[in-house]
Amino acid sequence: MTVGSSAQQCRDGKAPPPGPIATAPGVEYLGSIATVGENGTVHRTPATAAELDPESAEWVRVLADTGPRREAALARLHEMLVRIARGEVQRRGLRLRITGAELDDLAYQAAADALLAITSKIGQFRGESRFTTWAYKFVVFGVSAKIARHFWQNPSVPLDAEDWDRLPDRFGFDPAQEAEWRDLLAALRRAVDQELTVRQRTVFVAIVLNDVPLDTLVIELASNRNAIYKTLFDARRKLRAALAANGYIGDDTLRSS
Amino acid sequence: MNGWSALDRFLRTDPRDVGCAQAMEMLHIYADLTAAGAPAEQRYPGIAAHLRACGPCGEDFEGLLAAVRGEAH
Repeated sequence: MTVGSSAQQCRDGKAPPPGPIATAPGVEYLGSIATVGENGTVHRTPATAAELDPESAEWVRVLADTGPRREAALARLHEMLVRIARGEVQRRGLRLRITGAELDDLAYQAAADALLAITSKIGQFRGESRFTTWAYKFVVFGVSAKIARHFWQNPSVPLDAEDWDRLPDRFGFDPAQEAEWRDLLAALRRAVDQELTVRQRTVFVAIVLNDVPLDTLVIELASNRNAIYKTLFDARRKLRAALAANGYIGDDTLRSS
Repeated sequence: MNGWSALDRFLRTDPRDVGCAQAMEMLHIYADLTAAGAPAEQRYPGIAAHLRACGPCGEDFEGLLAAVRGEAH
């Protein structure tokens, strides 16, 4: 189980987050060195256009151009983005309750949003990857955002529901072996109630109990992916510590009875 | 995977995890390295740790990688 698609972790939008995440001294990029500031901001030396591969350099050049060449490039880019968006919604489609025209509409919206983002941020492209990979990232993020909004508008369960009977199933515990896990899940629920902050509990209940996609919860709570992930990340650490303190975890693994 | 191991995985956190913001910012770089067969996980262990744990970022990475690989074929 991972966080958010079915359940697990995160990173806060506030000040310096604790632990090695915030204190990493630097991150090496393909053609430059990036450093991570105290607030988590990435600083780096931009690559120059001369460092771009020929195809990427051509994209940057024509998109910075004016007139028919730029229009032709935009049309070609849009066509590529629509193709990638369609592929992505189809890739995810089997797990979604979205079909047919709605999926295609979602792909077109994601491609249109991506094209807008790419043209407005073209100056930020540093050649650390191929241009098309950088561009496709926007359309993949766009598909994620559109799907999240779809589920926010059409929730399968109320986002604030709280049905603890779902907990065993959410982790795949066998009902026939309830005697073995009953105490563990009771301890987990106590820890959720006693150890987590109100915000952490809200996020845990939505993502773990209700299977609300993390990106959908982001919309519901008017937050961002990073902050929700961090909230759940901290909640997971607290819950693990509580189970360890009560003897359910030993030697870094859960102790089955 | 049984319930015990699923819960164990859920509760386990990796201190190298860089979080969503950094992973999303560098996803195109990580995807290009991976598609090229370069050791992206060794080069960026914090991003690898995050992509293993975060469902949405992991899904975005799989989508981006599929797009890059699909384009190559």
